[in-house]
Amino acid sequence: MDILHSIFVAPFIDMGAYPDFLLQVIWEGFVAGVLYSLIALGFVLIYKASGVFNFAQGIMVVFAALVLVSLHEMGMPAWVAVLVSVVVMGLLAIGVERFVLRKLVNQHDAILLMATIGLTLVLKGSGQLIFGGEPKPMITRELGLPTGASDWEVFGGVVIFQHIDIAATVVALLMVLALAVFFSKTRIGRALRAVADDHQAALSVGISLHQIWAIVWFAAGIVALVTGIMWGARSEVSFALEIIALKALAVLILGGFTSIPGAIVGGLVIGIGEKLFEVYWGALFGSGVEAWFAYVLALIFLLFRPQGLFGERIIERV
Amino acid sequence: MLYREAGQFKTSYAADQALLPILQDRIGLSLILLVAFVGIPLLATDFFIGSVMIPFLVFSLAAIGLNILTGYAGQLSLGTGAFMGVGAYACYKLTTYFPDINIILLILFSGVFSAAAGVLFGLPSLRIKGLYLAITTLAAQFFLEWCFIRIAWLYNYNDSGAIEVPTRKLLDIAITGASATPVVRYLVIISVVTLMALVAANVLRGRIGRSWMMIRDMDIAAELMGIRPLRAKLSAFAFSSYYCGVAGALMVFMWIGSAEVESFDINHSFLVLFMVIIGGMGSLLGCFLGAAFIWVLPIIIRAVPQLIGLDLLAATTEHLTNIIIGVLIIFFLIVEPHGLARLWQLGKEKLRTWPFPYASN
Repeated sequence: MDILHSIFVAPFIDMGAYPDFLLQVIWEGFVAGVLYSLIALGFVLIYKASGVFNFAQGIMVVFAALVLVSLHEMGMPAWVAVLVSVVVMGLLAIGVERFVLRKLVNQHDAILLMATIGLTLVLKGSGQLIFGGEPKPMITRELGLPTGASDWEVFGGVVIFQHIDIAATVVALLMVLALAVFFSKTRIGRALRAVADDHQAALSVGISLHQIWAIVWFAAGIVALVTGIMWGARSEVSFALEIIALKALAVLILGGFTSIPGAIVGGLVIGIGEKLFEVYWGALFGSGVEAWFAYVLALIFLLFRPQGLFGERIIERV
Repeated sequence: MLYREAGQFKTSYAADQALLPILQDRIGLSLILLVAFVGIPLLATDFFIGSVMIPFLVFSLAAIGLNILTGYAGQLSLGTGAFMGVGAYACYKLTTYFPDINIILLILFSGVFSAAAGVLFGLPSLRIKGLYLAITTLAAQFFLEWCFIRIAWLYNYNDSGAIEVPTRKLLDIAITGASATPVVRYLVIISVVTLMALVAANVLRGRIGRSWMMIRDMDIAAELMGIRPLRAKLSAFAFSSYYCGVAGALMVFMWIGSAEVESFDINHSFLVLFMVIIGGMGSLLGCFLGAAFIWVLPIIIRAVPQLIGLDLLAATTEHLTNIIIGVLIIFFLIVEPHGLARLWQLGKEKLRTWPFPYASN
């Protein structure tokens, strides 16, 4: 009975007793969720357009942020460094398309996944080789990102909002909007959707797959850069981020591999869910449940809805 | 020329079904076993045995485990490290409770626990497959890792949180713990690995193994032909995890001597996966080739710059190793998706027809 009480009753009493704390927890979870969503977004972009499950998205985030920080260390002004980092991500996209994807057209999913795992190793090794393995602080102030925090008095308590978190949310929102516009209004965006829908049909109306893949990896690279800036500003730029980025895979399962709204909703569900679980139920299990909550949630979810929240229905044909 | 099998007639069903039907293969394998069991213990240095051969054999066994699941049954898994951990911790607990039972038996038995864990986390494979399944195996990886940290009972409430291998003896010779010599440990490992590889070879070409391959090649067709996916997939998970578990127990008890959760983290899972990819998916020989390659490559990368007079930092060589392995993985996936094992097979074909490459057998 005690156990049942501490699972089903006590946490909710806690939540009711200190609503300001609950709100704080939800906000923290929300921000973490936004960042998961951003990483997941990069995955979805590439998966939609090329059917490649890009395991390297996490390391791309680290890599992009490291390039940016190191360029600034070398004396470039912040905004020039951002531009050069964008160029670097573009070159990376072209390189990946030219030397990896093009050679692996029509291969099995698992092979492509493993190729991106290989890419992860290359990026990780070269990142550490060029920029060194130790964590670096993000150049938050130089980029004009806000620091500091505001308090909000509510429910007889105080909820603290870090300004950088608010900025991250706004930037994420802007980026999703920009992507939505890009996909629906521009010529390239429509071509991307056509490729996502049917490779062969897209080819037959004169869309170049090579070009589209490079563009889509470039887009994912920019998403990675933004994610890296935001995440780096919250903590620091380090290779530990790569493990955290794996959580975006759980987000994808929740949201479905092909759905941008799914990536966002999934990210928020996992971000908020794991914070709530850690704070209110974590003590029951011993702390640190954040490490696996996302995956176990995704696993349970999969048993009931294999295609994810918004994914396309999986139809098996013989 | 070397591989010409002309004149080797099979006169009975038993000969036709033999594990190694060709005489040259039998001679070759006997030679390898002779070197492994007699030559290396007699001639090799302790360093070579302890830092090259023992890790190589442990990883070969783990790679066999993963290859059964990924290469033969087609279920991609990223949780190998955790399953190895289950075996190691199970063996540690068993030898704590039953110090008198022979440690080799306990090592072999500890795989059963990791097989159970494998079946549990393999259950989703009945509903989902491919990439989705790969992600659910991440759940196994992180959840089990967390268990290894949080459940203090697993490491006997040590302050350090690590498991320390006690000394256990067989016929008054220490085979585990600090006082066991590398040669003794090597002989134990090579015996276990040889035995288990033999079992794997026979299971894989038997009824169960063929049902795994049918599931891999086309699950719906396999189901229509009367293979039960439930039984085939879960048995693949159980079998694979058993091998990984034994490999994990061997790793801790025979090689590193003490282990923390870092010994079983996700990088470890990836390492074994790379061995399988580079060695060759769906090939037992590939497991050994891949393990040798991935384990020996860093040693070579460390040695070569010193030979030519360059002095690189340890960290630099590690990063270089990462890059080279990454490039090699992509290279192999593009050029030879079946890995080193396939290269060996092609070479064998060439040998058969040499010096008349256009002659038909």
